[in-house]
This record gives sequence, C-alpha cells and structure tokens, in this order.
Amino acid sequence: MEFTSIFIKVLLGASLLGVVAGVMGCFALLRRQSLLGDAVSHAALPGVCIAFLITGGRDPLSILIGALLAGFAGSLFILLVVRGSRIKEDSAIGIVLSVFFGVGIVLLTYIKRLPVGNRSGLDTFLFGQAATLMWKDVLLFTVVALLVLTVIIVFYKEFKLLCFDRSFGDSLGLPMRRLEIVLTSLLVVVVVIGLQTVGVILMLAALVTPAAAARQWTDRFRVMLVLAGSFGAISSGLGVLASSSIERMPTGPAIVMVSSSVLIVSLLLAPGRGLVWNFVQSRRLQKRIRHENLLTDLYRLGERQKNWERTVSAPTLMGMRGQSGRQIWRTVGQLESRGLLTVDGDAMQLTTTGLDEASDVVRKHRLWELYLMRRLDLPADHVHRDAEAMEHALTDEAVAEFEELLGYPQHDPHGREIPKRRRLS
Amino acid sequence: MIADALFLGLEYEQIVILTVGSLVGASCALVGSFLVVRQTAMLGDAISHSVLPGIVVMFLITGTLSSFYMVAGAAVFGVLTVFLVGLLNRTGLLHEDASIGVVFPALFSLGVILVTRYTAGVHLDESCVLYGEIEFVALDDWLVGSRSLGPRAVWITGAILLANLVLVCTFFKELKVTSFDPDLAASLGISPVLLHYLLMITVSVTAVGSFESVGAILVVAMFIVPPATAYLLTDRLNVLLLLAVVIGVASAWVGYFFSRAFDCSVAGSMAAAAGVFFMLAFLFSPQHGLLGRWLIRRVLARRFHEQLILLHVQSGTGRTSLDSLAARFNWRSGRVVAIVDRLVTAGLVEKGAGGVRLTVKGKTAIEESGTLPLVHVD
Repeated sequence: MEFTSIFIKVLLGASLLGVVAGVMGCFALLRRQSLLGDAVSHAALPGVCIAFLITGGRDPLSILIGALLAGFAGSLFILLVVRGSRIKEDSAIGIVLSVFFGVGIVLLTYIKRLPVGNRSGLDTFLFGQAATLMWKDVLLFTVVALLVLTVIIVFYKEFKLLCFDRSFGDSLGLPMRRLEIVLTSLLVVVVVIGLQTVGVILMLAALVTPAAAARQWTDRFRVMLVLAGSFGAISSGLGVLASSSIERMPTGPAIVMVSSSVLIVSLLLAPGRGLVWNFVQSRRLQKRIRHENLLTDLYRLGERQKNWERTVSAPTLMGMRGQSGRQIWRTVGQLESRGLLTVDGDAMQLTTTGLDEASDVVRKHRLWELYLMRRLDLPADHVHRDAEAMEHALTDEAVAEFEELLGYPQHDPHGREIPKRRRLS
Repeated sequence: MIADALFLGLEYEQIVILTVGSLVGASCALVGSFLVVRQTAMLGDAISHSVLPGIVVMFLITGTLSSFYMVAGAAVFGVLTVFLVGLLNRTGLLHEDASIGVVFPALFSLGVILVTRYTAGVHLDESCVLYGEIEFVALDDWLVGSRSLGPRAVWITGAILLANLVLVCTFFKELKVTSFDPDLAASLGISPVLLHYLLMITVSVTAVGSFESVGAILVVAMFIVPPATAYLLTDRLNVLLLLAVVIGVASAWVGYFFSRAFDCSVAGSMAAAAGVFFMLAFLFSPQHGLLGRWLIRRVLARRFHEQLILLHVQSGTGRTSLDSLAARFNWRSGRVVAIVDRLVTAGLVEKGAGGVRLTVKGKTAIEESGTLPLVHVD
C-alpha cells in the first residue's frame, strides 16, 4: 500500500472527524442523550435534499447548511415534543428520526427523477464515502474541529456543570438553557460534517462508541474528553487503513468495527471498572480473606492452648469454618509457600512471621469489637460478625488511631487479650 | 384473471400494494404500541437495524434468500441485540441509551461488511434496506409447483399480523401489567423478563417481514409514530391499540396515494403521512395536544381569577371599587373589568356607583363551593 495523497487526505479527514465526534460524544453520553445524534443524522437528510433542490446541487456548502438547519430543527422538535406533550424522549427521538428520514427519502426519490446533472453528492450522505473526501473538505473539517474544540475549552466549566449538576448551574445564575442550545448546535455541526465520511446510520457509533470506551478508563471529565478524542482518531485512522489495504472493505463500517473493538477491550480490562479487572480484584480479595481466616484460626487455637508452638491437624481446622479438607489444604499450601506456616504430614504450625501476621489480624478484629462496643454502644454478642469483615479491611493507620482513641486497651470485650503489634510495617 | 379485477376503481397492483401497506401498518402498530408505552421505542430502532446482519448471516449459512430463513435470522439477531443491550446495561458500565447506541451500529457494520465482501451479485443491496420495495410486491408471486397463490408479501405480512394479533389477544393482560407495573407483575407470578423477550422476538419478526416492503428505517416510523399518535389521544390501552392500528393503516393509504400523485417513494410517503398524523394529534388532541392543554390552562386560569375576585368582593364591606381590586392583585384595570364583566354576565355580582357587590346568587355560589381553598386574610 502506498501513501498516496488521496490516502493521506482521507486519513487526515477521518481522524479529525474522529477527534471531534469522540469529544462531542462524551457530552451526549454523560447527559444520557446518546441517541440524539442518531436522530440528528437522520433528520439532516431532508435538509440536504431541499438545499439541493434550491441550488440545483452545484454548491456543497449550501448542502451542508441545509443539513445543519434540518438537523437543528430535528433536535428542537424533539425538545418541543418532550416538553409540550406526554411523549417520552425515546419515542420523540424515534419519531423525528423516522419521519424526517421518510420525508428525506420522498425528496430524494423526487430528485432522482429530475433531469439535473450532479447528484453524486446525495448518496454519499446516506452511506458515507470517505474516499470522496477532497482537500476542501479536510480544510472544512479542520476549521470545524478547531471551532468546536475552542468553544469546548472556553466554556469547559459551564458544559461540565450542564453534564453533572444542571440545577447547581441554574442556582449560580448561569444561562443553562442557552448553554444547552450551544452544546446541541455543536453536536449538530459535528454530525453533519461526519455524514459524508461515515454515513447516516454509523454516525451514531462515531459519537458514542469512543466516548463509551473512554468512560471506562477514568472518572475525570478532562481525561475522558482527551481519551475519547484519541480513541476516535485511532479508530478512524485504523479504519481508513483497513479499507484502503483490504479489498472491498467499506470505510464507515471498518471504523465502527475498530472503535467497537476498542470498546470491548475497555469494558473488559479498564482498571477499576472493567469486568475482567473487577473479577481479578475480587478473586484476589477472596484469596487474602481465606489466608487471613486460616491464620487467625491457627492463632485462636494456639491461644486456647496457650501454646503457639504445638502443631495443629487439618481436621481440627475443618471444624472451625466448615471448610472441606481440600479447601483447607489448598490454602495451607499457599500459606506454606509464603513462608507463614510449616507443614509436617497432617500437621501444621505457624512460623514466626505467620504468627506476626495472624496476631496482626486478630488485633484488628478485637480492637474493632471494642470500638463498636465503647463508641456505638453495641452489645458484646453483636460485634463479632462485623469485626469478622472489618479485620480484612482496616489499615494499619486506622488501627493505630483507634488504639489511641480507646486508650491502648489490653483486652477485648470477651476478656481475651489483644495481641501487641509485632510486625513492623 | 385476478390481474384484471377492479375494486373501488383500483388496479390489481394498487390493491396488492395497499393490502401489504395496511398489513404492515397494522402489525407494526400493534407491537409498536407496547414499545411506546414501555419507553423502549429505540429498541425497536435497534432491532430494525440488526435485521440486516441477521439476513446476511443466514444467507451465508444457508445460501438462499428464502423467507423462512430470513425471518429466523432476523429474529435471532433481534434477540441478540436486545440481549447485548441488556447485558451491557446490567454490568452498570453504560446506561441503556448508550448501550443501544454502541450495539446496533456495531452489528449493522458487521452486516454491511459481510454484504460488501461476500454477497456480490446477490439481491441484497443497501437501498433495499433503506427504502424497501413495496412498489414491486405485486410482481413477486408465491409459487407452489406451477400454481401461483398470489403475491408472496401479502402472505408474509398477513401471517405476521395474524401472529401479532394472537400474541396481543392471548397475553393482553400480561403485556399490560408488565408494561405499567413490572413489580406487580412479578408479584403476580408473571415474568417481566420473559414477556420482554417475547415482545422483542415479535418486534424482530415484524421488522423483517415489513422490511422487504418498507425498509429498515421506515419500519421504525410504522412502529413508533402511529402508537405515539394514539398515545396522545387516549388513556386506555385497548383504545390505544385500536387507534394505533387505524392510524397505521391510514398512514399507509395516505402515503400511497401521495406517492402516486407526486411519483416518489411509497415507503417514505407512508412515514411522512404518519408524521402528519402525529403533528395533528400533537397540536389538536383535546387532552394532550398543545392547543388542548393551552385551552384547559386558560379555562382554569379564568376560573381561578373569577373565584379570587368573588372572594375578595365578599370579604369587603359595602361595595368594592374596581381600582382597589386592581391595586390588590396588581392587575391591569382592563383585566379586572373583563373578569368583573364575566361575573356580572353570570349574575354573580352587580355593578353600581362606587364599585361592585355580590348578588344573592353570588353569595349562594360562594356558600355552595364551601371547600374553596381561598380564604382571604389581610
């Protein structure tokens, strides 16, 4: 594949579009208006046709303006229907999408029979043909991208409020409704210039998919905007690359396939939110809880016999939490390899580090019990269950604070000794 | 034979197109009504788009474009779409609108890529997806051996309408209760999830059956617009269904004759006609239209103003001057005069030198409406 000027042109145009669509998609996603873009892209069609009929199709700019006006009318109409009647937003979007598009198809079939020359521009609006992009278009995209990004940077704080806490914005006296109209206008502009590249149906994905992927990686709005723009650009770039190097691979769908893959990876792997990530985290936590439980069981057995040096057999442990022998041995094996206990046939014994670790957890458990009793006035027989969970979650700093708060107590509510801190962190 | 039959001065071809259009309008309106009242209209949009990959995948597997496989493939992909949207939604990572917005374009793209790469020369082009080909339904007969049983589309859309009717009649109560009160439904032992999927399968099958005639996007119009129009006209679900069907069929007829007159897309005209019906209801529906709501608000405001003046006149001693009323409520004097004139006409107050006072009729009117929330305290 050669980097011809056509290829670079298309790549540049599609990437620019990817950036602005991704950024605008973040606003749509967070305002739960993801499908508004779909309605706008469909609503643009009659505008395109009317502009074509008026100018005779000679002027691409007038077609863009027609699309803009119709898209804007569509979004206003949704607002009017939702505010002015009992129709809900989902139906209003569906109505505008399908009726405007129907009118557009009527006009389109009417135009197709007219004896005018250049109609090629019309079909690209339906399906998008990135290959037909011209340098003029790329220049237009650049101007629009700069414009949109500038407006977003200038009104960043206000738009952020619009997404997250509209009523707070109202209370500050900000013109939230006007800001909403500005934001919707930007969306319409981006959708309309995108139609030519990805087409009516797939414009929705250009907006929403990169934003949905970006959302998974961060809780910061600023970062999300940058990520969504980058995902949009990368998807468009790879999509164009794929369609130019693989025979019979349409550009728009290729772009959507790439961005959908990015989304799937994000949904699975994003730290803090991704499904696989969460699964691994919860498995890790479960494992730690299993380890700590077995250690504290051994500690308590030793405490009862006032001797931690004695070995304990697996069946004794099985009685404590109702675990099977297999479960116990699996945990024992893991603890042995961590050097926290030694195993000799059927019997096991805590090592010094194991005893330190165990007494640390028991310490947390008993201090928490005491804290619940003294501070929250819970009866002694109600605190164990809660402490059983908290012993795995408390940090050393928190424990140090309680200890001070409780006046360095020696014994827990049940009269058992609170172990001293042995481990040096 | 049949080709020469005339009905209402219509030609055979027109009768077939109108029949198919009416059948599509009716069956879409029936299931679409539930999409609208359940606020899942955009799932209908998503399903109608996933019809394409369903058909393509089925074609690639079976190698035929037979109607049965098309319906089956579309139903599978429709349910897949709904399932994926629900799955994404349940992970809590995306809201429902965003889930819809990422799922169906992805499936549709897959469909377009498969069409472009593997089905060259097969009659499965994108314009068919978008516009449908209701113009040609009369030309495509269902052949059994060498015998023709009439247009295939009439059989398909008729069967779908029948299936939808059976579904809605059998499960009317269940659909109703799951639509309006899913918790009650669950406590009554009716599974909302099961009915949701049943409805979505029906939507998918209806979409694919209608898709040949009106196209993927305009089928959305038939799903959503007539029921939404009916929703503005009634508060009763059974009336809503009936009205939606009537409006759906009417849209098909109006759309068809419009397209005949101006020689343009039939399917597009049907969607546009449905849009016109919606606009009429949106503006002029007695209860829920813009005009109706404005009138009701106006009547309520008038009544409130009259009661306010009556009570104020009652609490005054002797006659109350119009100027003092205007000053009391900070109204223009013209407004006070207009309200007082209406009260005079109704015989509730009488005018005289120095102002107005209650008539006997006015006093009894106030006593009778003893529950009036307005008590004048100064």
